[in-house]
Amino acid sequence: MGEALPVARGDAARQAAVARALRAFLPARAVLWQEEDTRPYECDGLTAYRRLPMVVALPETAEQVQRVLRSCHALGVPVVPRGAGTGLSGGALPPGDGVLLSLAKFMRVLRLDPAARLAVVEPGVRNAAISDVAAPFGLYYAPDPSSQIACSIGGNVAENSGGVHCLKYGLTVHNVLRVRGYAMDGEPLDFGGEALDAPGLDLLALAIGSEGLLAVATEITVRLLPKPPAARVVMASFDDVGKAGDAVAAVIAAGIIPAGLEMMDRPATHAVEQFAGAGYDLEAAAILLCESDGMAEEVEEEVARVKEVFARAGATRLTVSRDEAERLRFWSGRKAAFPAVGRISPDYYCMDGTIPRKRLGEVLGFIAAMEQKYGLRCPNVFHAGDGNLHPLILFDANSADELRRTEAFAGEVLEKCIAVGGTITGEHGVGVEKIDQMCAQFGSAELELFHAVKRAFDPAGLLNPGKAVPTLARCAEFGRRHVHGGQLPHAALPRF
Amino acid sequence: MLAAFQDRIRDAAARGAPLRLRGGGSKDFYGGALAGEVLDTRGYAGIVDYEPSELVVTARCGTPLAALEAVLAGEGQMLAFEPPHFGGAATLGGSVAAGLSGPRRACAGALRDFVLGTRLLDGRARDLAFGGRVMKNVAGYDLSRLLAGSLGVLGLILEVSLKVLPRPAAERTLRLELTEERALEALNRWAARPLPISASAWRDGQLTLRLSGAASAVRAAAEDIGGDSAAEPWAGIREHSDPWFAGEAPLWRLSVPAHAAPLGLPGAQLIEWGGALRWLRGGDPAAVRGAAARAGGHATLFRGGERAAGVFAPLAPASLRLHRELKSAFDPAGIFNPGRLHPAL
Repeated sequence: MGEALPVARGDAARQAAVARALRAFLPARAVLWQEEDTRPYECDGLTAYRRLPMVVALPETAEQVQRVLRSCHALGVPVVPRGAGTGLSGGALPPGDGVLLSLAKFMRVLRLDPAARLAVVEPGVRNAAISDVAAPFGLYYAPDPSSQIACSIGGNVAENSGGVHCLKYGLTVHNVLRVRGYAMDGEPLDFGGEALDAPGLDLLALAIGSEGLLAVATEITVRLLPKPPAARVVMASFDDVGKAGDAVAAVIAAGIIPAGLEMMDRPATHAVEQFAGAGYDLEAAAILLCESDGMAEEVEEEVARVKEVFARAGATRLTVSRDEAERLRFWSGRKAAFPAVGRISPDYYCMDGTIPRKRLGEVLGFIAAMEQKYGLRCPNVFHAGDGNLHPLILFDANSADELRRTEAFAGEVLEKCIAVGGTITGEHGVGVEKIDQMCAQFGSAELELFHAVKRAFDPAGLLNPGKAVPTLARCAEFGRRHVHGGQLPHAALPRF
Repeated sequence: MLAAFQDRIRDAAARGAPLRLRGGGSKDFYGGALAGEVLDTRGYAGIVDYEPSELVVTARCGTPLAALEAVLAGEGQMLAFEPPHFGGAATLGGSVAAGLSGPRRACAGALRDFVLGTRLLDGRARDLAFGGRVMKNVAGYDLSRLLAGSLGVLGLILEVSLKVLPRPAAERTLRLELTEERALEALNRWAARPLPISASAWRDGQLTLRLSGAASAVRAAAEDIGGDSAAEPWAGIREHSDPWFAGEAPLWRLSVPAHAAPLGLPGAQLIEWGGALRWLRGGDPAAVRGAAARAGGHATLFRGGERAAGVFAPLAPASLRLHRELKSAFDPAGIFNPGRLHPAL
């Protein structure tokens, strides 16, 4: 918000030259350059940042992707890959002087192999669609980001997306076997395989979560897991947020790895209950949702142990989902938390810090103090099992003063996450949104090595430039502003 | 200690003299050539941070793996990927550099899946930190996981943060008589069902399974699968102290898709990981590599044999180019463990 993005669309001649080069092998409908056609691509889920792409390319085959990359490489034109455009950190913000490479037409499931328990899919396939096609075989794809109905597997690979079940089932990096695609110069790349490991360095792990800076994926192989036959949720109320945090630690200390373990504080349950009617206890200072899944016998055993742990930790109310409908209803509120908050405030800013769980009480106390300091409300939803916090600062972007306070608030919270040994982003990525905070998370030597890794894949620096890893010059500037201003300046905030 | 490491690295880089990064030397047999002056990491040892309720342990590279596992066991936790020690001297840093996982791998995940963060001295002796001590962290490229299995060619791993898991409440080992073909068919069929199979080993017409989890789940699965209770071969298979691994015949490690049909290679075979890991004694290198590649996997000459021709499967040209570029980004003077992971690195 503090930064007006340059609408450097390049000159018309350049635009025409690039469009012409792409039209040599793409049909007219797959090369967009007129403003009314490119406007829908001006932003991703982080809508505060908007920029018209010079040209949008919509290839339909891997060979066309390769030719787009080769052409752009030859012309020295930047390329930004885009999946479903649901990312929350601006990773798919278009280049004003380059090509937005949409993988939206890569919608095919190329192979579903129940015997091998894997699916080979194109990058535009939606996350939830993989589980849908696997369901008749009793299989599913485990990572389930809240946006799973809309987000694409290609975007999940770029961001190493998580979800509410990742403590037990892992992130994208734990569930993808192979990624095939192209480097910026059009060279075919193939990372991983259907075996459980591959010779050489683990380039698959490096590619996953690289935010579209290293390669463009055109084919992704995911592993499928057997769908647990039983799942139940224990919902527990606590009269104190700290007690709820301690209850989370107590579950883990009891040797239980729940399928999901989520916390919401009272402001969050109040916002959600009006919207979703999930049946949450509105008296509670915080509620926990703890899911057990597996064979029916083990679910019963684990639910009994979880209830006992919560009771000992001082739960004021305990409810166990009686059937699948009730289990889904308990989750409906949590999954609807962001849109629910969107209804009670003109705007909200979602943070994504991860902290060691033991520092939860301290960090929530800090956030409460920031609410007082800045005069802004901040409901909290929290992937408690893995320490990933999503504080939602409520503000009105039409008030310049609220914007300023929100950015200062968010800056202090992210710095606190780093200070307690955590990180600025657990699952949403750095993109353009948190690029300045990377200067606080890493030293210049680490950032230099990141740039060297980038050069290994893309020496010309044309693939998704300016994202994820700040230049040292930018960090120097950030540090100077930081010291002089006395507060972290945030480049922009999303408006939902 | 840290300063001494940095001095050694700076000096080696200045002279262009290779360094052989080495912990307890328990895996000296593994990988390509051993070259350079030994830099012994064992002095840099100890657990830096361990909070059982966080499920994270951070320890220095020279920490003996056995000592680390004993501390975890004291809290009812474990390294779920069951890294092989291959002798009492194994260190944490060496285990991460080797990147090897044991019997539980197919069920729990590989060593790289549990690496959350690392501290590294690169070829310029810079002290770098990647990842962290939290479960979810997508800030920056995932260079920590890149170090797992890198065999030390990128730098000296100083410190590692690992996710740990609770030990299962109950375990049981079963044995069934099955041919190779039927065992592979059964393992793949079971893997598509939510059964708590945490290890498998087939050899000589016998399939051994380990079930781990809640007592009720283990009991129910044992009734479902059938077979007889059996002695536990898992430690011997993990550590290669089982008599099957004895003798001088070359030991091949074939990593293939679990559903790959029997490979039909001559020589004794032991199959782990639900079919995804097939150990083979002896055999013609070209035939072994060819069979692994046709099955969609790769073969490693794990122990013994004629090693001069290379122990790992060759890399595709595009991959090799990236390996070279990454190597020079981390280690511009090319001093760390030359030839250990690949002759060109």
